[in-house]
Amino acid sequence: MSFLRVNNLEVTFELRSGGVQALSDVSFSLERGERLGIVGESGAGKSVAAFAILNLLSRPGRITAGEVMFEGQDLAKLTPKQMRTIRGNRIAMIFQDPMMTLNPVLTVGQQMVECLQAHRQISQKDACTIAIRKLRQVQIPSPETRMDQYPHELSGGMRQRIIIAIALLMDPVLIIADEPTTALDVTIQAEIMDLLLDLCESNNVGLILITHDLGVVSQVTEKAIVMYAGRIIEIGPTKEIINDAQHPYTQGLIKALPQQTLPGHRLNQIPGSMPSLQGIPAGCAFNPRCDFVMDICKQTLPEFTASGGCSVACHMVKVMKDQARQED
Amino acid sequence: MIAFLIRRLFQAAIVMFVISLLSFSIQDNLGDPLRELVGQSVSEEQRQELRDQLGLNDPFFTQYLRFAGKALQGDLGTSYFFKEPALQVILKKLPATLELVFGATLIIILLSVPIGVYSAIKPHSLFSKAVMGLSIVGISIPVFLTAIMAIYLFSVELNWLPSFGRGVTEHVFGYWDTGFFNMDGLLHLLLPCVSLASIMLPLFVRLIRAEMMEVLESEYIKFAWAKGLAPTRIWFLHALKNTMLPVITVGGVQIGTMVAYTILTETVFQWPGMGFLFLEAVNRVDTPLIVAYLIVVGAIFVVTNTIVDMIYGLVNPTVRLTRSKA
Ligand SMILES: Nc1ncnc2c1ncn2[C@@H]1O[C@H](COP(=O)(O)OP(=O)(O)O)[C@@H](O)[C@H]1O
Ligand SMILES: [Mg+2]
Repeated sequence: MSFLRVNNLEVTFELRSGGVQALSDVSFSLERGERLGIVGESGAGKSVAAFAILNLLSRPGRITAGEVMFEGQDLAKLTPKQMRTIRGNRIAMIFQDPMMTLNPVLTVGQQMVECLQAHRQISQKDACTIAIRKLRQVQIPSPETRMDQYPHELSGGMRQRIIIAIALLMDPVLIIADEPTTALDVTIQAEIMDLLLDLCESNNVGLILITHDLGVVSQVTEKAIVMYAGRIIEIGPTKEIINDAQHPYTQGLIKALPQQTLPGHRLNQIPGSMPSLQGIPAGCAFNPRCDFVMDICKQTLPEFTASGGCSVACHMVKVMKDQARQED
Repeated sequence: MIAFLIRRLFQAAIVMFVISLLSFSIQDNLGDPLRELVGQSVSEEQRQELRDQLGLNDPFFTQYLRFAGKALQGDLGTSYFFKEPALQVILKKLPATLELVFGATLIIILLSVPIGVYSAIKPHSLFSKAVMGLSIVGISIPVFLTAIMAIYLFSVELNWLPSFGRGVTEHVFGYWDTGFFNMDGLLHLLLPCVSLASIMLPLFVRLIRAEMMEVLESEYIKFAWAKGLAPTRIWFLHALKNTMLPVITVGGVQIGTMVAYTILTETVFQWPGMGFLFLEAVNRVDTPLIVAYLIVVGAIFVVTNTIVDMIYGLVNPTVRLTRSKA
């Protein structure tokens, strides 16, 4: 039994113009303490995937197929009450923009204590002690004073540390971090990322790290998923994906990394942009931007082809694999 | 806190200055005070002499300074009709009006918060849709119509509630006549308060609903859900507190405005308050009384706004009264 196993997950947004699928046929698994990166352009469905795992999608979005097996139960089928015992307790989430994530009218202490008290019988005093200990763990200076402060009195980096501390309060087994450093100054991005990695490693906490930065994924995670227009297009060990990407889209993402560009040259961006959910082309969603496009790409959805440790949804990769097999 | 109060007092002074200037111009232009003071038999020379004596021929500015000087000492002139100091006449009616406004405010708060919050939490429920529809109707019905319909239904047809006057009142603190401490007084308050409240209630419900729905979409509310908090805590603490910030600001102004609406309500219900008195004063061209009314209403406006600002400061941590610059 896997620790977390997502099977054929599908999320639909019921819009007035009709239903659109923000997530289609998403499957992956995670072992305890393992770290998984999810990359893709903005709008690829990364955040939707994160919220779907926690069963936190709000109208008009909902899970329309598939399951989220976590510690033996399907989170997609739990009642709201059962789900509350998972959220913030077994699985914690870290949001993108620390300036918006904390409630502006409640103190840091209030926002930490309430989380502890929601999940266990604990006195105010004991909860404060734990909260202060967690604040110390995320290296916040003079945590006792922070407890009485309001979010607006703290910097962005400090707030993200506090949010990480909140995520750690109940000693979760899995943390989902949705672009945890995107909104921060470049100088503190690495600091926060290191801290998060450190804490996950030392506490054997699983991590799903959502980012559009392949560089971060290669430093932090063991496994990676590349998403495009609501689907997984490539999944496998991070090292393989970075060093030997198969899907033309993934290859494009890697070529676009700043360290892959010669100094003084423009970044190698993939021409075109990702389609909106209403305008996904037939066949492979990437086909209009693909350099290797074939006729079949415009007609049928590519199936997953195993390539090394990776699975790739690409017709060209399949053709090449088949040829290689025939030559053997 | 001190800085806040000083700044507030300064603002209040400016507001009161403007009101006094306005009031004074009205006094200057409304009717001839002499006609009220002396009879028809007085000759024109005697009139001119009286005018000089009373300073009515002095330049506008001199007259205003004299008026303002007296006003600062609480002397707003003598009511022509009651032959008593105008301020005293008005202040005697103040409790009746304030109780009306207070009762209406209470009704508004007690109804609009739960209704607004519920219809924001369940925006697709039948209840929420009914509230939205009714509030549109409510906004478009004029007060006097609501009042008259209420009187017809509850007083005339059903005979449940009294339709005019304050009923039994009790004397408290040596000054205040209150209807809040006995059944008869409360029953008399009910219809006028409900009518007055009905003007603002739909507005408040819609405002609270709209603000709350916006807050419920915010990141910090999503984060609160992700923490596994109970819905009641998220709705009534996390969301409501943020919802109330803009509502308090708007609400403060609206409650101040409500004092103006009491003129209508008091007239329909024969409520012996300032508004009723004011209308009588207008009919009698009792200028000192009109001026006194305007100034007292201005003062109420300033005071409610100050109180509202203080409450806002207490709820919103980003506004620190103690640290604000004057
Ligand atoms: N509340 C919503 N209503 C309608 N569509 C939505 C909503 N939230 C997300 N979507 C759709 O899902 C797509 C993926 O969004 P998201 O997961 O936030 O992308 P990202 O990969 O940048 O995190 C968006 O392009 C949008 O079309
Ligand atoms: Mg996102």
